[in-house]
Amino acid sequence: MTAIPALVEPVRNVTQARVVRSEWTKFWTVRSTKWSLLIATVLTIGFPILASTIISTHWGSRSPGDRAHFNPLDPALIGSQIAQLAIGVLGVLVVTGEYSTGMIRASLTAVPKRLPVLWAKAGVFATVTLALMVPSVLIAFFASQAILSRHHASYSWQHPGVSRAVIGAGLYLGVAAIMTVGIGAILRSTAGGISAFAAIFFVLPPLMNVLPTSWNNAISPYLPSNAGRAIIQLTQDSSSLAPWTGFALFTGYALVALAAGAFVLKLRDA
Amino acid sequence: MISARELTKDYGDKRAVDSLTFDVRPGIVTGFLGPNGAGKSTTMRLVLGLDRPTAGNVIVNGKPYAQHAAPLHEVGALLEARSIHTGRSARNHLRALAQTHGISRRRVEELIDLVGLHEVARVRAGKFSLGMGQRLGIATALLGDPQTVMLDEPVNGLDPEGIQWIRGLLRGLASEGRTVFVSSHLMSEMSMTADHLIVIGRGRLIADTSVHEFVAAASKDLVRVRTPDPAALQQAVTRLGGSAEADGDGVFEVAGVGAEEIGRAAAAQGIVLFELTPHQASLEEAFMEITRGELEYGHEEAVA
Repeated sequence: MTAIPALVEPVRNVTQARVVRSEWTKFWTVRSTKWSLLIATVLTIGFPILASTIISTHWGSRSPGDRAHFNPLDPALIGSQIAQLAIGVLGVLVVTGEYSTGMIRASLTAVPKRLPVLWAKAGVFATVTLALMVPSVLIAFFASQAILSRHHASYSWQHPGVSRAVIGAGLYLGVAAIMTVGIGAILRSTAGGISAFAAIFFVLPPLMNVLPTSWNNAISPYLPSNAGRAIIQLTQDSSSLAPWTGFALFTGYALVALAAGAFVLKLRDA
Repeated sequence: MISARELTKDYGDKRAVDSLTFDVRPGIVTGFLGPNGAGKSTTMRLVLGLDRPTAGNVIVNGKPYAQHAAPLHEVGALLEARSIHTGRSARNHLRALAQTHGISRRRVEELIDLVGLHEVARVRAGKFSLGMGQRLGIATALLGDPQTVMLDEPVNGLDPEGIQWIRGLLRGLASEGRTVFVSSHLMSEMSMTADHLIVIGRGRLIADTSVHEFVAAASKDLVRVRTPDPAALQQAVTRLGGSAEADGDGVFEVAGVGAEEIGRAAAAQGIVLFELTPHQASLEEAFMEITRGELEYGHEEAVA
């Protein structure tokens, strides 16, 4: 009589692919995931439909000047910009939830080399974000433009820059996902991680307005969120970065955050 | 097999583990004993590589833990601190950990049944009682059928039935030739399960010995004697090189002389004895004796 049932299957080593499977399971088996993703999707699709319906209803009362300056992409992508809150919070939680509950000790006991866990978390979350948010912004775009089209105040998919900006809004969220996983790994605390994410994405950009204009123009485009948004803007003003340049810089920031998180994870006691 | 050599860990200025050297051998249950705060949990974290030693090293089954290609098949660990996401069910928790090693769902179900969590496998772990949490932790530890099992305070929060089950499990694992390393601050628990003891206090090794030797070394071999003729007994004991401490009502605690010697001397001198009882210290008493002064917080401080 043995104390525990013998293992009848062969012993298999820990591999990156197996850790990805494990993180996939972990990702979908806590409630915060489904809630955050549902909120992100509803915001991304719902806000543009709501905004374009309101604009369409009140189109008649707009001045000719307003109509001339109207950018049909603004209502189409407003939802994805708000959705980054839900994505950012979830990205932080994917890591810090393990620290606050103690799960990290079980995770790192199973994968003592540690880094495969972080790569898998970032990979799974970024992939899910892209798979969900790119279609969502597409739906948001076509739905809002359909509503606005009766006033001939809409863009077609072929309009220069439109496809890049719409797809870019989805890509932006995918990169933001990687960055917030990195922030979570650096700070380990949910409150700290969400604060840092909010500071970088929502507080820092308007804070630049207190600087002299020349400084502001020199610094602002290089802030992570502003650099990332270059891809979402249809036209670039003089101080902003070119779309793909900005997006590349944003991706660079995200990878630096993830690398810093990896450094902390590897070197600090769990 | 777990081998620590000069293992040391500082947290800031505080030395939690102080050049510990010990081996935990297969085939027996080794108890890891010490008061709360003695460094038991820290030592176990160092074994698993969760914390990095300040100096020294520890290897498990021949290698540092992190260098094993399939660590869950080498060492199964239950840490004292909860290591479970409160929002995830027991089954999903085990599945996620199993997947890192390609362990099947069938195996996960086997372990759920083994620890008796079948009815609550779908319940979020945050709703678990302490005892259910311990059972889930033990299922996690045994998932990979590991050669070495390391459990930190496993009976914590378990009901009497659960405690019996753990004792049987530990003995069973050891009899299969596995290395079983179990910490506790409860001496009585260790005396029920352990064959060998590693005792620490304030991070330092106090004893590395069999349970039997530990008790023998710590107990002062007192003999309780009751006589209506105290003065004569005092004299006789002193002549034999021992000492007798009066405990009132003609009762003496005699140290330094065995019961047989006392009996013979009393008979030779015609001293009447009502009682002659050799008294061996319990593991509890032995532990208190040996760790006196090693407690992290003294009694006065605890009361203050």
